[in-house]
Amino acid sequence: MDGYSVSADDEEFLRRVRPPSWQNPQPQTLYDLIIVGGGPAGLAAAESARRQGRSVALIERDHLGGNSLNSGSIPSKAIIRAARVSAFIRDDAEFGTTESSRPLIDFADVMARMRRIRTRIAEYHSAERLSARGVDVFFSSARFEGPNTVRAGEAQLSFKKAIVATGARPQSSDIPGLEKIGYLTSDSIFGLAELPRRLGVIGGGPLGCELAQAFCRLGSRVTIVQNEPKFLPLEERDAAELLSMSMSRDGVETRLNTTVVGARMEGGEKLLDTANDDLKSSIAVDEVILSIGRAPNVEGLGLESAGIEFDAGRGIDVDNFLRTTNADVYAAGDVSSTHPFTNIAEASARLAVQNAFGVKMQRQSRLMIPWCTYCDPEIAHIGMHLREARRQSIPVKCFTVMMQDVDRAITDQQDDGFVKIYVREGTDSILGASIVASRASELINEMSVIMSAGIGMRELAGILHTYPAQSDAIRLAAVAYMNDQPVDQVPRD
Amino acid sequence: MHALCDLADDALLARLQRGAFNYLSEYCNQENGLVADTSRAGSPCSIAVVGFALSCYPIAVERGWMRRSEAAALTLKTLRFFAQSPQGDQADATGFKGFYYHFLDMRSGRRVWNCELSLVDSALLMAGILTAGCYFDGPAQEAEIRGLSDALYQRVDWRWARNGLETVSQGWKPECGFLHYGWEGYNEATILYILGIGSPTHSLHESSFGDWTLTYQWENLLGYDVLYSGPLFTHLFSHAWIDYRGIQDEFMREKHSDYFENSKSAIAIHREYGARNPRSYVGYDRNLWGITAGDGPAYREMQQNSRDRRSFGYMSRGVPFGPDDGTIAPWAMLATVPFGAAAALQGTRRLLEKYPQVCTEDRFSSGFNPTLETERGGWLSEGWYGLDQGLLVMMVENHRSGLIWDMTRNCPAIRAGLIGAGFSGGWL
Repeated sequence: MDGYSVSADDEEFLRRVRPPSWQNPQPQTLYDLIIVGGGPAGLAAAESARRQGRSVALIERDHLGGNSLNSGSIPSKAIIRAARVSAFIRDDAEFGTTESSRPLIDFADVMARMRRIRTRIAEYHSAERLSARGVDVFFSSARFEGPNTVRAGEAQLSFKKAIVATGARPQSSDIPGLEKIGYLTSDSIFGLAELPRRLGVIGGGPLGCELAQAFCRLGSRVTIVQNEPKFLPLEERDAAELLSMSMSRDGVETRLNTTVVGARMEGGEKLLDTANDDLKSSIAVDEVILSIGRAPNVEGLGLESAGIEFDAGRGIDVDNFLRTTNADVYAAGDVSSTHPFTNIAEASARLAVQNAFGVKMQRQSRLMIPWCTYCDPEIAHIGMHLREARRQSIPVKCFTVMMQDVDRAITDQQDDGFVKIYVREGTDSILGASIVASRASELINEMSVIMSAGIGMRELAGILHTYPAQSDAIRLAAVAYMNDQPVDQVPRD
Repeated sequence: MHALCDLADDALLARLQRGAFNYLSEYCNQENGLVADTSRAGSPCSIAVVGFALSCYPIAVERGWMRRSEAAALTLKTLRFFAQSPQGDQADATGFKGFYYHFLDMRSGRRVWNCELSLVDSALLMAGILTAGCYFDGPAQEAEIRGLSDALYQRVDWRWARNGLETVSQGWKPECGFLHYGWEGYNEATILYILGIGSPTHSLHESSFGDWTLTYQWENLLGYDVLYSGPLFTHLFSHAWIDYRGIQDEFMREKHSDYFENSKSAIAIHREYGARNPRSYVGYDRNLWGITAGDGPAYREMQQNSRDRRSFGYMSRGVPFGPDDGTIAPWAMLATVPFGAAAALQGTRRLLEKYPQVCTEDRFSSGFNPTLETERGGWLSEGWYGLDQGLLVMMVENHRSGLIWDMTRNCPAIRAGLIGAGFSGGWL
């Protein structure tokens, strides 16, 4: 399929993230901090270091904004929003609309809107803005040439400290024939000009599920193939099962426990050959999305020259302070993290800057990290999982509130899902939470504040929420906790 | 209203228990003891149903429905079949490594439908085989029953079923080896672990049970503390054989509960869910509930009042996370009778009053969906399923006399399995 034609939005986007006429600055003799990579981690590190008054150079080989802005969080969420509107139109009869009043979604308009949004957001991270803040921005590949030197094109830069934040790229696959028939990844899907009539998605992780559901809602006939018994293997079983049901309701053909064992062209169409134990089958598709994880960008950086140890699959080795094996070099974001989320990349980058120049080092294990998969319903989590607590022999009890018992979720007809808060038994300490809800990405942030502030279930039960509100589910879980306490332990007014 | 509603509680229980048992004798191949999975024409045998049937013959003897010699003869035929049928890795064998394929041809006893060597269904079969060995304590053919019971149980290679991992796989096929999914979270597999650990020959490691319990979820759900599992049958199957009252493993000791109390909590949650009825299904009520594995309507495209009303075929339904398509299992409420007779009978009576069509020949159908409008007042599963009938006979008997529980308390394999899995206290 041909890509879309370049629009004014695209030109403006490029002007912001990779200005065509950009001249790399004259390098300073010695930088306090050099950042390799201009994605979310690199940008956050630059901002944090400049706020401390450090001299900073940032080297980006491609576009500023990284995967998040160019081909990840932002474009996918823009498309997911359109897909939600499409699903709402499909299911809106209960709200009084008629079949004839429902407009059709135009894929070209969906993609154009996505590009407008991306361009708008790019302004916050533009090269011009960075430069105005005193960051020397170099557009070129970067290569370490010694423990404290890095080459950026023609220039050799020296640093006191450096942060590697080169991110990750879509993992490739050795499925026989797949390269030959061609496939899309998160890097290329957002360049589609037409909606594929039949789409095969390989991989049931967060991105695979998000794209499968979104493209199905936009009108593609989607089959998703996952080689595990459930989607989102890192999430709670009930969350993954709710997602399966939701995707199935949308019309996504789900193939769990199934492996793609080959790909081929036959009769002018792409065929994915699958195996589910002894059951063999083929799926005919027009496009394939490969979404089986991400590979850290560690190649061609000369990491060996700087004494930085890494692994092609695992990424750069860092300690709990985000230090690499070179004491002057740190790593942040997807290049060294098992959790490829923008908020984690940014938080780890700020921590790396703090540890590079601060008096007191902070451990990354102390970060309280919420994350979310943006399917419908959304699936969000923070803190400890139930199984993790059990493995550590921590007595844990889960207080669950079903969204179908939350008044606002009922009135909104968004009552699929639940709030689960994991509490250390015998105390009111919150260990973690999982939320499946239409807007779990928002609700989980309340849990993030609660946990960061050290608020326990007793106090939470007394915190007023607006009524009706979907976030009231969180308070109701705390009320369930209070109701579960012996009467003489419940504080009297 | 169904004519059964006029009966007093004891008489009602007796009638329905007998009706359920009649399925097991009516759909049994008297030549080899295999029992059909369902009453539908051409149904194969389900080995789990045979396990239930073997456990129900002693009940039939004690209730006067079968002569002891007749029950012993049928039991012996069944055990001889399993001892003599082909074991091996060929695709049409009856079993492998002492386990058996889930579904067998009713006459030849060979594997059908390309089905899996089912570990949990084999465990249910073994539970029946051990029950027979406990009950038939006389000489002659009863001695042979005991010998075969021991031999069949000891032949099972439970250790192999781990596939080199800590916990047990769900199954195996000659075409592809072990199925690549295991057991996660609490469910009906307790009996599998207990029998596996109790084996004197090829036992599971005692720690395997603890490893499985690491996947448990202890939740406060709809106001009740529960070791969560959604489908109701998962809270009943192991209990058909084992009296969990007062005995605790490490997990339940930590929670100050036991598995019997836990099933009571699960039932309370099912009733509360029925009362809340979040999807506005027809019929659901605090006294009309029972969402579990069973047959279903399987309408893939369905809207009602603009809400998605897609339904499923035979599947495991659960509460409160779903799936729930408005289908209840009419037998399920009565099967909970040992955990609370009042709720079980109240619910069963209400069902019979409101929807008498769910019970014919004193037997409950597998699934009923009153939300789907049909000429019969809702979608009704055709015929009967053997698992439902076998479980019902045993649970009613455990309520009436405790016969099965009393027997298995002295079953060496079950005692060893429970102790190995870390259970203590109570009658143990």
